[in-house]
Amino acid sequence: MEMHRSGLVEQFRQKADAVSTIVKPVATMAEALAYAVQVCVRKEACAMLSSGCEYGLSDPAQELCGLKQWEKLMAAPGLAAADIDRLTALCRDAGIGLIRQGLAAHAGGIDVGLTTADFGIADTGTLVLHCSDEDLRLATMISEVHVAVLRAEDIYPNADAAADRLAAFFSTSDYTAFITGPSRTADIERVLTLGVHGPLDLHVLILDGSTAS
Amino acid sequence: MQTAENNRQYRKQLKEALDNAFQRKALDNFAVAYRGIRVSNFEGIDRARLIERIGKAKDAAMARVDALYHQFREKAEAAGATVHLAASDAAANEIIARIAAENSCTRIVKSKSMTAEETLLNHFLENRGYEVIETDLGEWIIQLRREGPSHMVMPAIHLSRNEVSRLFTEVTGKPQDTDIEKLVKVARRELRERFVTADMGISGANFAIAETGTLGIVSNEGNVGLVTTMPRVHVALVGIDKLTATVADALTVLTGLPRNATGQAITSYVTWITGANPSGASATGRKNMHIVFLDNGRSALAGDPVFSQALRCVRCGACANVCPIYRLVGGHAYGHIYIGAIGLILTYFFHGRDKDKHLIENCLNCQACKEVCVAGIDLPRLIREVQKVVVHSAEQPFLPGLMAAYVLKRRRVFHALLRSGRYVQQPVTGNTSYARHLPDLLFKDHKFKELPALAKKPFRDQWQPAAYRPARPRYKVALFSGCLQDFVYPEQLLAGTEMLKGSRVRLDFIQAQGCCGLPLYMLGEHGAAADLARWNMANIDPGEYDFVLTLCASCASHMKENYPFLLEKQAGTRVNARQYADKVIDYSSFMLLVGESAAAGKNARGQKAAYHAPCHLCRGLGVSAAPRELLEIAGYAYVPHDEEETCCGLGGSYSFKFPEVSAAILDKKLGAVAETGAEILVTDCPGCVMQLRGGALKQGRPIKVLHMAEALQQSK
Repeated sequence: MEMHRSGLVEQFRQKADAVSTIVKPVATMAEALAYAVQVCVRKEACAMLSSGCEYGLSDPAQELCGLKQWEKLMAAPGLAAADIDRLTALCRDAGIGLIRQGLAAHAGGIDVGLTTADFGIADTGTLVLHCSDEDLRLATMISEVHVAVLRAEDIYPNADAAADRLAAFFSTSDYTAFITGPSRTADIERVLTLGVHGPLDLHVLILDGSTAS
Repeated sequence: MQTAENNRQYRKQLKEALDNAFQRKALDNFAVAYRGIRVSNFEGIDRARLIERIGKAKDAAMARVDALYHQFREKAEAAGATVHLAASDAAANEIIARIAAENSCTRIVKSKSMTAEETLLNHFLENRGYEVIETDLGEWIIQLRREGPSHMVMPAIHLSRNEVSRLFTEVTGKPQDTDIEKLVKVARRELRERFVTADMGISGANFAIAETGTLGIVSNEGNVGLVTTMPRVHVALVGIDKLTATVADALTVLTGLPRNATGQAITSYVTWITGANPSGASATGRKNMHIVFLDNGRSALAGDPVFSQALRCVRCGACANVCPIYRLVGGHAYGHIYIGAIGLILTYFFHGRDKDKHLIENCLNCQACKEVCVAGIDLPRLIREVQKVVVHSAEQPFLPGLMAAYVLKRRRVFHALLRSGRYVQQPVTGNTSYARHLPDLLFKDHKFKELPALAKKPFRDQWQPAAYRPARPRYKVALFSGCLQDFVYPEQLLAGTEMLKGSRVRLDFIQAQGCCGLPLYMLGEHGAAADLARWNMANIDPGEYDFVLTLCASCASHMKENYPFLLEKQAGTRVNARQYADKVIDYSSFMLLVGESAAAGKNARGQKAAYHAPCHLCRGLGVSAAPRELLEIAGYAYVPHDEEETCCGLGGSYSFKFPEVSAAILDKKLGAVAETGAEILVTDCPGCVMQLRGGALKQGRPIKVLHMAEALQQSK
């Protein structure tokens, strides 16, 4: 079973890597939270991660950029209470704002969105997020960087193997997202460009408790 | 969007497309890149089985589309959505406008939907005073330019970064760079503001899962998530052909769709929406969720034994990606709204005969689309079927088709005409073997290749059976000559039969055989083509022979694939047609069967030979290794090239209907062959020989074009 799990983790890592997802193993949730905060701290150092506010924009679009808070902002809807306390402390120390709801008011830009995936699909490197909650959904859509935690034991070999689980999600009103890599387009001259409407970067932290000890 | 009123206008539009240098280069690069993607994109997947599974799932869904619709509606409404059914494009647009009015919406953001293109929804809503903004980057670009898409997946593939930069400069009122990354970021910021202020989102859907009432939508940019989340109202416009029974069926299609479309194992996002979800922008706290199903002729299609498979289409765009005509002229000239091979078919059913009547003729029948289709749609067959209907419902009967049907069905008349032709052709041939002096009035567009003259003596008059009567024959074979080899290139048949002398093959040539009927099938004259099929089967009894051998890949493919189809409805001949089809074999495969010694040669001495795979051989008959092996056995050094399996551009009567396109395809082919440095170019079809040899001669290229039989004979 352990061999099987490590095989799926490795396949997930390879497939996700092939579509520009940054995959990191973490042993504990605390490590994952610290990683997400570090991503946020380091974020502006990378010029490629600019999301367009510095270019020539029409007035209404520029105005929305202006609404973006100057302090760095992290969104972490749907996190467990204990994790939130820890994250709040980490963000405070790093001078990062943290929100858990009302994300729609920050459409101008959230630096990092932190979420927990329901499960993963190994053969395509896909995250599956059951996100009927609007804030959770928005965290995966409007954040410039999306950091998702995925438990190693929650990786299915392929989508077919997860069909029943999906059907259970769909049994009431529901919004479920398959996320595979950052947002991308090739609509201009077929040149692949990352970060159109959604995140410019996707980090997947594979939480494998069995490696902790 | 192709809107020509007559053939002349349509050819003018095609010529303009051919002269669009940027588009030509962009599409050509894409065609080559896509070929590479295809090799790797189904890695680890049994593609044939996947195609079969997708086809079966879609067929089963369409067979009970009504029941699936009701099941979907019940489930989706239980989850808080409102489901509508629109009989026509106009009805769908009205429903959507009504939803907008009832909810006081004015600003609409939209994600990509071919179905909304089909109903011309944007124009309709804009005329009603709504602001509609496309948010898929490519769609936004073409919307700003007031154009339709030129590809179903990459709608702005025909535009350069410079054009986009100029467009964005206009839109933002600020000077823009031509750096693509920067342009994409500008679009991100400009459109983000639209999402924030919009009160209604319109999407399409790739799946509508009946068992749960769930919509599934694929996207790469992330705009679908925003369109379906930020505004308080969401309307999804969905063709009823997107209904699938189960989550598992949707996942099966999802395995094939992105792989075939863009070579991705999966798109960046797949969004699954069931019912009305929480919405902060909505006063009720729940999304105002509407799903509008569009019929627009689909129910009628679903019930048709031949055409229902058109509804298997998953809109991946691959049939355009591999089409040699699309590669040259792009989607604006090769589609009304739906583009590529499937567009030729759907245009007729969704937008009417008038929009399709010129498009439907623009097909080489090269079968590349059929091979690539991830749903296993027999696209060339459906194109021919639509063409048949279009031809027979025209106000004026199509005279060349009727004349051809009259003549070809009367073998003696046809052959007498061909025989007398060789006397009257003298003024145009000047006693050469080419028709060099054709009058400009009729032929000025056809002079991109030298056309061959009729032979002095047809093969049938030169046939000497005595040499083909071995005492203990291993195979009893009927030779089917085909008209082009019989009357224009008898030397190919003479070479081919010569190679069998001394072998244990008994060869019969039955004088009563007629044209195979392919030209009539291609002209939409299916009745006359069926008559010819019956005639040939009556004269060549498959029960008496081990093989029906033909040196023409086109005749072979037509007899093998289309005879059973054309005679399917006639119980008496149905079995006979299948038996006949089973016996048909091409020359290369047959020579390998007879044995290496029959084909071995020494005179070639390693001469470099390129090969052109006739469409009807490599895709029609599925024969690909045999001819390459044969060349090596005959002592040639076979040199491969990238365009080996690309059509030569002849397509039978196609090259006469669309000479400019045919010439451009031929150019491309000969250029690719020249790069190999080969001295000879070998192929297995007299039609391809005619096109390639005539083109090489006209262009003064040093390469010699030979039929396989001639190549073998020369080395013997």
